[in-house]
Amino acid sequence: MSDAAFSTPARTFARPSLKTRLAAKGFDGTTLLVLPGLVAVLALFIYPFLYGVVDSLTPETGAWYENYRRFFSDPFLYNTIAATLWLALPVTILNLALAVPIAFRVRLMRRQKLLTTLLVLPITLGTVLVAEGLLNFLGPQGWFNRTLVTIGLLEAPLRLTNNYWGVFASLLITGFPFAFLLTLSYVSGIDPAIEQAAATLGANARRRFTRVFLPLLVPGLAVTFCLAFVQAFAVFPSAVLLGAPAGPTRVISIAAYSAAFEEYNHSLGSAIAIIMGLVQLAVVLAVLGLRGLFYRGPAGGTKG
Amino acid sequence: MIRDRGIGSKLWRTAVWAVAILFVLNLLGVIATVVMNSLATRWLGTWLPVDFTTRWYFSAWREFQLTEVLLVTFQVVFVVTLLSGLIGITTAYALARREFAGKRFAILVFLLPLLVPPLTYGIPLATLLYQVGLGGSFWGVVIINLVPSIPFVVLVMIPFIEQIDPRVEAAARVFGAGTGSLFLRILLPLLLPGMLAALLLVLVRTIAMFELTFLVAGPTSQTLVVSLYYAVFASGVRASQSIDAMAVVYMVTTLFWLVLALRFVNPTQIVARAKQSQAAH
Repeated sequence: MSDAAFSTPARTFARPSLKTRLAAKGFDGTTLLVLPGLVAVLALFIYPFLYGVVDSLTPETGAWYENYRRFFSDPFLYNTIAATLWLALPVTILNLALAVPIAFRVRLMRRQKLLTTLLVLPITLGTVLVAEGLLNFLGPQGWFNRTLVTIGLLEAPLRLTNNYWGVFASLLITGFPFAFLLTLSYVSGIDPAIEQAAATLGANARRRFTRVFLPLLVPGLAVTFCLAFVQAFAVFPSAVLLGAPAGPTRVISIAAYSAAFEEYNHSLGSAIAIIMGLVQLAVVLAVLGLRGLFYRGPAGGTKG
Repeated sequence: MIRDRGIGSKLWRTAVWAVAILFVLNLLGVIATVVMNSLATRWLGTWLPVDFTTRWYFSAWREFQLTEVLLVTFQVVFVVTLLSGLIGITTAYALARREFAGKRFAILVFLLPLLVPPLTYGIPLATLLYQVGLGGSFWGVVIINLVPSIPFVVLVMIPFIEQIDPRVEAAARVFGAGTGSLFLRILLPLLLPGMLAALLLVLVRTIAMFELTFLVAGPTSQTLVVSLYYAVFASGVRASQSIDAMAVVYMVTTLFWLVLALRFVNPTQIVARAKQSQAAH
């Protein structure tokens, strides 16, 4: 917006209105629709987040970095990062690895509703039902061990609850449907004509997958990975109910919660929460960074 | 539709189905365990319980003041779904249709709440809410639940909106449609599947959102998940059958919404649209 143009009367006449000029830059009535959402997120997320950062840097005693020093010098605290990653990463990868082939099969089915409903069922269960169910189902006297012992696969029941595997199973059950639904909608968004074109040109199933679908799917998969990972990383109730919350499944959210609401040290709680956010953000940014290396563009077809 | 007939792809197909069936079987086992236990008089170390009874449901309903808890849960969930739908869909529309300076920043702002764990912003936000006196109240629970819901709606809706050809809107404009009728006659019908899908996911996610609600819920603003958690956490006081009965009630409430929504919405609606346009060629 040059002021020189404004001062010449002849140019002012030809100059489009402010509204038109803003519209040319992409600002018009429609753009303003972004405001309510933006304000909400700024007020409810960014502000509390910054408040948390400041809170974590103003401990009750000691220097400004006291909370962080304490976290990284206490193995009971810093080991929670490894414990959380050790749960969340394998579960997320397994969930995606299961979701992609199943989504590809389901895509071809005519009657998808029953299977989709079954696979989506775990969303409705809730952590407590899954925890209670798994405690019984996977327990030493549960149906799982009983069946395996009866058919002779096992000599003695496996110990699958109140340890790493209990939490793993619960994350798998609650995380899979989410990963599946998202993957399915991304897979379905790809125009079948693209696959038919590839098949016409002689590409077999594997080549169609690796050369056609996978590149189109990578952005969606990256988003799915991130969202599934966020859920798994934030694991909290099931780590308490199904795991060993003082031992191998003492995840970082337990540490943050107990610092903030059991020791009433909200400064340390915020610090742990921020560290938790940073660790997860690092993983997510790495995944999204990798996504940037792939094709980005429409995967649906347009009718000419 | 392309079907491969090779032996390799047959094996692969069988393997995929086997894994899916195993998953579903174990899942049904887990659910059946809880349902059966909630109906059992006594069940220790045998395949099936000694005897069946429904009295746990009545005692659980009284013990946990379920009527009140369910009422609060639905109020919270509907207010959250409504608000995040209104705010999220308008935002998603602007982000999908316009290119403007600062758009990348705006998208980042909407992505962040989904990319950091709930407790990261939950702990400071809960501290703030307690400071302004909203901690433990209904609106505190609603506000904290909006933080992940709004960006979630935005993120889910953007691709749905982008899939609608802007030329459809332009054509409607050419034929003289105003903003109101453009929205009602063109956008709403085209977006409805996406909107319902997004709102359904928000609804189910909010019913299930434990961490955030747990941080701010007071005695009168507990949702079902939180009071369930407290019930299990303080177990020993209550019979496991009673807790399981309540967990079943929780499942049925969520399942009801899910089944209802699935009647209107096929989660794979997008594929159906692609196939239809295929047939029209």
